[in-house]
Amino acid sequence: MPIHFDAAGLTVEAPDGERVVLEPTTAALVEQRIGVIGANGSGKSTLARMINGLVVPSTGRVRVDGYDVARHGREVRRRVGFCFTDPAAQLVMPTCVEDVELSLRRTVKDARARHERALAVLADHGLSEHADVSVHALSGGQKQLLALAGVLAVEPAVLVADEPTTLLDLANTRRVADLLFGLDQQLVLVTHDLELARRCDRVLVVADAAVRYDGPADAAVDHYLASVTA
Amino acid sequence: MSNPLLVGVYQPGTSVLHRLPVGAKLGGLAVLSLTIVLVRDARAAVAFLALALALAVLGRVGLRMLARTTRAVLLVAVIAGALQWWVSGPAKAVETLLDLISLALAAIAVSATTPVNAILDALVRWISPLRRVGVDPDRVALTIGLAIQALPGTVALALETRDAARARGLGRHPRAYLTPFVIRVVARAHETGDALHARGVADD
Amino acid sequence: MTMAETADSTQDSTAADAPARRHRTTTTDIALIAAFAALISACAYIGGIPVGGGQVAITLQTFGVMLAGALLGPWRGFLAVALYLALGAAGLPVFSEHSSGLGTFSSASAGYLWSFPVAALLTGLLVKYVAGSHRTSALAVFACAVPGMVLNHLAGVVGMKLFFDISWPTAFTYDAPFWLGDVIKILVVALVAAEVHRAFPQLLRRR
Repeated sequence: MPIHFDAAGLTVEAPDGERVVLEPTTAALVEQRIGVIGANGSGKSTLARMINGLVVPSTGRVRVDGYDVARHGREVRRRVGFCFTDPAAQLVMPTCVEDVELSLRRTVKDARARHERALAVLADHGLSEHADVSVHALSGGQKQLLALAGVLAVEPAVLVADEPTTLLDLANTRRVADLLFGLDQQLVLVTHDLELARRCDRVLVVADAAVRYDGPADAAVDHYLASVTA
Repeated sequence: MSNPLLVGVYQPGTSVLHRLPVGAKLGGLAVLSLTIVLVRDARAAVAFLALALALAVLGRVGLRMLARTTRAVLLVAVIAGALQWWVSGPAKAVETLLDLISLALAAIAVSATTPVNAILDALVRWISPLRRVGVDPDRVALTIGLAIQALPGTVALALETRDAARARGLGRHPRAYLTPFVIRVVARAHETGDALHARGVADD
Repeated sequence: MTMAETADSTQDSTAADAPARRHRTTTTDIALIAAFAALISACAYIGGIPVGGGQVAITLQTFGVMLAGALLGPWRGFLAVALYLALGAAGLPVFSEHSSGLGTFSSASAGYLWSFPVAALLTGLLVKYVAGSHRTSALAVFACAVPGMVLNHLAGVVGMKLFFDISWPTAFTYDAPFWLGDVIKILVVALVAAEVHRAFPQLLRRR
């Protein structure tokens, strides 16, 4: 599903004048797996959040499948799933199955059918035995898998993941990464994990509120490494 | 719900009080409490105490729970009673003392026989008529659920931030840990708000 | 980017989605109301903090209530405190000294409890519309929190007068010892709220 940035930028008012969070950016994201890398606070998270309307550009616009995210948020969110860094912040219901049911509220109206569907989604992600367990009882990796299950339950066409593995240990990072890279969905992955970035088809390097490099994964990662060591 | 913070005072059981609908129990308690406060009479106070005790027995409220409840109000009630004795004489003092204990016992009889979720579910049911003026019961239920979800985490966050402040030798300045604590709560809430939004919760 | 900006844009996008609907609560509002109901609960649950070199401990329940008003504004503050009371009424041990359940609503100190949401509302109203952009000043927030605190104490006095069946002057004497502690509490509320408003300038943005 094509994602278009048309000179989309964000400037916010700060106590000491205006601050540019993201300079006007133009790009057409059509590849299957797109990585976004860069330093903390560089603006890569803003870029990712613009794709599903969590952040609305102050200039220009972002379109997903032709829909302007600022004007057609509902249609866009139906197509774009979003996974956050901290799974604890996005799991909101007491038990795992209820949390997945929350995602399905819009698409499956019948409560019983919704429950069945939620159980099926959990089974797909190897979380069946935890269906009625408190979300607090899960490990960090399981929580992130559950969060992803909740997002993927409604079958979005695009998944935006904002540093989904930053808080995870190596084994769980691999599990989550394997899930992400095994998806049929188009993936926009914001990450600090350069190994993961190298597995993408195209990588954007963001620095000082702008996309500084945009190209094949290995070249982009090498560019980023050079910019850090320079 | 093994966390003590999430259990409350409910004691599972099958007594008449356990089986009564939540609305009847809460309504009855409200009427009884108001009557106890408004009727000023020493003989009535004795009757109220007997009634409250009968309710507690009917609900099979454990002795330990009864003792704990009574002890909690007893201190206040005795001080108030003593002052009353001095100002208005013994009859008034006894009445105040008994009234306060009756109020606490009647309330514990309801609290101990009604699960937390039953009361919250009833609350959401009662506000559904407000749908017409723009109150969405589903959202209210979601907010209640979120708050309960957040309870253990928020307590942990408070203790963690306090320990961090102590570790830096700032333990004596409440502000040094309260500000970071509150900032983390607000930041976490914004993340949760974003996550709910991204999941389309606001779209229906 | 900061969290505050994210929230801000969240609100904007929701407003853009539903231009015809008025004053919709956003998901951030829902999360903040829930978070502060939990924050007040945690404050009451954890218990007192030492002040003045540790000789006196003050409970933090009032702190949480007034803070909710000062940070969330009138209606979100009111709802957060009301939700906190609902959790306590339902039986969770979230009132001071781990007491819980319906008994607290019919105890001698019930007047204080019942007026908490209104105290938060009044404080929120003043901080949002009177302090305005001065809400990053602790002094301004303190001044805005005083009326709410006075209201809370008046309600407490009415409660004690009813429950103990005593004269007004006596009821005021019972209430008096709590004044010093509560003044310290709203002082801390003011210091903390001013700093949090500096960290999240959009939290009380006028819409």
